[in-house]
Amino acid sequence: MAETFSCHKVSEGVIEGEVLVSTDDLCFYLVDPETGKVIEKNHALEGQSVADKILIFPSGKGSSVVQADGMYQLKMTGKGPKALIIRYPDTVLVASSIIMELPVVDKVDEAFYEKIKNGDHVLLDADKGQVTIQ
Amino acid sequence: MKLTQEEQEMLDGKYGEGAKIALKIQVALGDVFKAERMVPVSRTHVALSNQDADIWFAEKMVEAGAKCRVSPTVNPGFNLEYFQCITTISKKDEEQIRRTRKAYKELGATLTFDCTPYQEKNVPRFGEITAYSESSATPFINSVYGARTNRESAQSALCAAITGRTPLYGFLLDENRKGEVLVDVQAKIRNDFDYQLLGYAVPKKLKFKTPVFVNVPTNPSPAALMNLGAQLNTAGNVPMYHIVGVTPEAPTLEAAFHGEEPKKIITITQEDLEKVHEEITDPGGKIDFALFGCPHFNIDQVKQVADLVKGKQLKVKLWIMTSALTKNLATKMGLLETLQAAGGDIVDDTCMDQPCWEFLYGKKGVTDSPKCAYYTKRRNMQFVIREVDECIEACMRGEI
Repeated sequence: MAETFSCHKVSEGVIEGEVLVSTDDLCFYLVDPETGKVIEKNHALEGQSVADKILIFPSGKGSSVVQADGMYQLKMTGKGPKALIIRYPDTVLVASSIIMELPVVDKVDEAFYEKIKNGDHVLLDADKGQVTIQ
Repeated sequence: MKLTQEEQEMLDGKYGEGAKIALKIQVALGDVFKAERMVPVSRTHVALSNQDADIWFAEKMVEAGAKCRVSPTVNPGFNLEYFQCITTISKKDEEQIRRTRKAYKELGATLTFDCTPYQEKNVPRFGEITAYSESSATPFINSVYGARTNRESAQSALCAAITGRTPLYGFLLDENRKGEVLVDVQAKIRNDFDYQLLGYAVPKKLKFKTPVFVNVPTNPSPAALMNLGAQLNTAGNVPMYHIVGVTPEAPTLEAAFHGEEPKKIITITQEDLEKVHEEITDPGGKIDFALFGCPHFNIDQVKQVADLVKGKQLKVKLWIMTSALTKNLATKMGLLETLQAAGGDIVDDTCMDQPCWEFLYGKKGVTDSPKCAYYTKRRNMQFVIREVDECIEACMRGEI
């Protein structure tokens, strides 16, 4: 039974895919652009690939420069995430996502976070402000 | 967001495709952070990085015909001509830095190639609305000058330079500039280096809150404040701090907190500083080089190193990274000659996180900067982090 939750558009787009949940903040400079795997030591996703995933994490981190460069390299190799669902938007992550045309939402209904787990399939419609667990 | 007639025309393409793209990005940013309107900026700084995303976006804006309305100062890539004299630069890396220079020149940037513009070429007044990217710059602008900037990305700052405006949100608004966490410094703060450790230690206990420092010396040097901000923002995305009795928006404790109670009080002890120092430094041993100037050294710091090496001979090569303006000054003051006589050198227009340092990959050096050591992890450079005079002693022995 599909269930739909409200959210808020950060960067436009409509996409569906499998989710990957990170409890840690993320810096895309510490994701290997060749494999999409997180290489940051002791990160919740260390060794896991973000490629083609709808990535759920709290917040971005890292300097104004490296975050954008990490995202760009992943976009070029096609090993990047399909979309992002975040809790705390910061200027660097938001600006980078808009420029790279990566769909992003925040302010998702708390009930979503209680339901969602790794491997779930979701339909994310940033433009309408809706995310549906399928 | 409410746009003026000129902004609406910009969005409709009347001022060209470049300005249209830049404003579209800014409107989207403004929507996310609930900005009511745009405000004019009078200064900008772009954290040029000479990396792939940087060139891609800068060239995209050049092709779209963008010109900067408020010419930004820019960060360093690397000084191609200098490094071609001391090492081999690959064709690919040469091509990349040439493209970066060309793109920013065509955009109408002020080509300072310096990461500390707030010290000498792009200095705001109190309350001025600006758009700075660069992790050492945003805290200095907000905290030391009391001017206002958000923690811009390199690309969002370039958009602000092109449109001459920025969405009104975050640290541009009074209510978001108040202190949140009281930081009681029980550790001894003896010199500029201790501010590096203090800056790196605080975010671990802070989590994205604006700190208010008490019990630190009341007359810190510009380098001390630069170090504090650079490390706060590297270790924890903290683009503003207050020091009671030192920074302009904190004449008193009450003023720093806007009359409210601190959300939290934390204490930083000597042990905290020692622990963070231990965590971030690589172990000692034989060293191959010393690298200073992350962020770029000012003239006082250059003089400090020159005085320490005067009449001595270093066993390993030493570089100080700084701006072309400061290098010029150091040359006139005879400091460059002193450094070169000891086996050191000054390199301008250059950042440590650039491919020009490839000849040092896999080697171990000394530096006074945790930020330098943090960003070079991807380049396989090892750094022992010490205060400047200990670094110089290590250079004379060739080990630490």
